[in-house]
Amino acid sequence: MSVQAEKSPIIQKTDTNNILEVHELKKHFPIKSGLLQKTSGYIKAVDGISFSIKKGETIGLVGESGCGKSTIGRTIIRLYEPTDGQILFKGQDISHLREAELRQSVRKNIQMIFQDPFASLNPRKTLRSILKEPLNVHKKYSGKERDEHVGLLLEKVGLNASFINRYPHEFSGGQRQRIGIARALALHPELIIADEAVSALDVSVQAQIINLMEDLQEEFGLTYIFISHDLSVVRHISDRVGVMYLGNLMELAPKQDLYTEPLHPYTQALLSAVPVPRKKGTTQRERIVLEGDLPSPANPPSGCVFHTRCSAATSECKQIIPKFKEIKKEHYVACHLYN
Amino acid sequence: MSQINTVPETTKQQLINPNLKHKPDTMLKIIVRKFFKNKLAVIGAIILCLIILASIFAPWLTPYTFEEQNLLNKLQPPSEEHLLGTDKFGRDLLTRILFGARISLFVGFASIAGAITIGTIVGSVAGYFGGWIDSILMRFIDTLYAIPTLFLLITLVTIFQPGVDKLILIFISTGWMTTARLVRAEFLSLRTREFVLSAKTVGAKSGTIIFSHILPNAVGPIIVAATIGVGGVILAEAGLSYLGLGIQPPIPSWGNMLQDAQNYTIMLKAWWYPTFPGLMILITVLSFNFVGDGLRDAFDPKVNE
Ligand SMILES: Nc1ncnc2c1ncn2[C@@H]1O[C@H](COP(=O)(O)OP(=O)(O)OP(=O)(O)O)[C@@H](O)[C@H]1O
Ligand SMILES: [Mg+2]
Repeated sequence: MSVQAEKSPIIQKTDTNNILEVHELKKHFPIKSGLLQKTSGYIKAVDGISFSIKKGETIGLVGESGCGKSTIGRTIIRLYEPTDGQILFKGQDISHLREAELRQSVRKNIQMIFQDPFASLNPRKTLRSILKEPLNVHKKYSGKERDEHVGLLLEKVGLNASFINRYPHEFSGGQRQRIGIARALALHPELIIADEAVSALDVSVQAQIINLMEDLQEEFGLTYIFISHDLSVVRHISDRVGVMYLGNLMELAPKQDLYTEPLHPYTQALLSAVPVPRKKGTTQRERIVLEGDLPSPANPPSGCVFHTRCSAATSECKQIIPKFKEIKKEHYVACHLYN
Repeated sequence: MSQINTVPETTKQQLINPNLKHKPDTMLKIIVRKFFKNKLAVIGAIILCLIILASIFAPWLTPYTFEEQNLLNKLQPPSEEHLLGTDKFGRDLLTRILFGARISLFVGFASIAGAITIGTIVGSVAGYFGGWIDSILMRFIDTLYAIPTLFLLITLVTIFQPGVDKLILIFISTGWMTTARLVRAEFLSLRTREFVLSAKTVGAKSGTIIFSHILPNAVGPIIVAATIGVGGVILAEAGLSYLGLGIQPPIPSWGNMLQDAQNYTIMLKAWWYPTFPGLMILITVLSFNFVGDGLRDAFDPKVNE
């Protein structure tokens, strides 16, 4: 830990209650160009994010399209190797583990539910082989028990166990998402990252899937990272909510705090666009329309990345990157307004 | 972690439909069933089967041999003895067409088998590993594409004697790049698909991912390309033989039969001479295309039955 820790200062002290800690995590994608595929720059999809999650908690991550939500999820689950920073899963630094090492711990304990229920299931495989794959990889249960386990998984997510020989195309979007959840559950993981897990579904189906996820969380003591661009869905399921902008975490707070008293101007702007119930005595804030375009993550603004669109921006904001600090209990914000 | 035991009652009622009795169908069955719904493709497949069978059993189907000349009997119109007439040496045209089919089909299938094998290997490697391996392979293919095929053919044919084996070699060496590009593109798009990512998140190994997740989803486009490719090679072989660069007489091929016929100013008089080989080429190539189109839909999981 020593070398890494020097490079990227740890904001929060390692806490044994935390199932996951992310310290100054960065993921930059090289931009290749020209005949020789030279790297001509980097897309800073995730650019220094820190937070931690307690066991059994649900943390919601919101933000506009392209702000790096999927990238941070995929980096935590180590589909991507982080460019910098640390990921501690149950105290173990998994940031640079190799595939064989990942298989020992991460691949069993962290799972993902994907956005597109049509793309996330192999169209050439039956439910049986889709759901058995994780068990085969980790040699969990013997032959016959595997089939039984698959049947139980299906029932667990509210599908008939007799569907086992069917192909994904025979199911509706909501049913497919249930299959995706069953697959994520197969190895009894502790942390599940749901990347826009309900965004592709009808509103009524969204509610069913969210209820299912909540039931499963209770039953198995799951921890969720729930990624979505939909503030009201996130509000429903999360304990704490983080707001991302251009690869950075701008604000992180318990959901009640965040939705009623947003501190960051960006959070305020986001929330002003959705009608949310407010505390007694306060009025619905006026809709704040953000000016200017979303800057490119390949060339983010200096200082605070939000300063180009912030009405409260000062010259300080243009030069100095605001620290992500705890303003009130558990309420973190990265903004020069709160010094 | 608690063991799996009960299902939440509400979701159970919503989703379980007890009336849904369902026989498990293999993917192959579904594909075959979808293929049979496409009439043109089925007709194409039947025609191709007939042509293949006829060419295999050619020696038993006709009393003549393809080289048996009878100058007294030349350029006879279709009759009872010679169903499709005779050529300028008095050879039975039907016999030559049947034996020509053997050559054409063999060249077509062998060339495509070779091209598909090489193309699939190169394309998989480039698409799965990406990076500099991909760059090098793709630049190499671009370079090969820049060489005009006809020029290459004429050069090769003048260096070596033209013959079936050389033709096949030439078609393989000029044909594999198309498959390689196709397979690479399939791999590039499939390897970031969510079902491949989900296999990675459970810890599946590269081999499993390539063979059990990516290739099965790329096999449809490969088979489609192969089917249409066989038609293409048959057409190209006919063209080359027509130019005298392909199959050499007296061995019949549909292409060199056309060339024989073309030499004749009596083309109008002996209409059967160019017509039947020409029709065979047309029908065969069209059939391969129809079958290819049918397979394309049959393999596409998004096209419903
Ligand atoms: N594999 C990749 N290679 C290169 N660039 C990438 C890659 N994945 C994401 N990016 C870029 O990184 C940035 C963040 O993308 P990401 O998918 O994480 O955003 P997101 O918040 O999930 O957006 P959305 O709401 O659209 O899903 C985008 O600019 C995207 O183009
Ligand atoms: Mg995303």
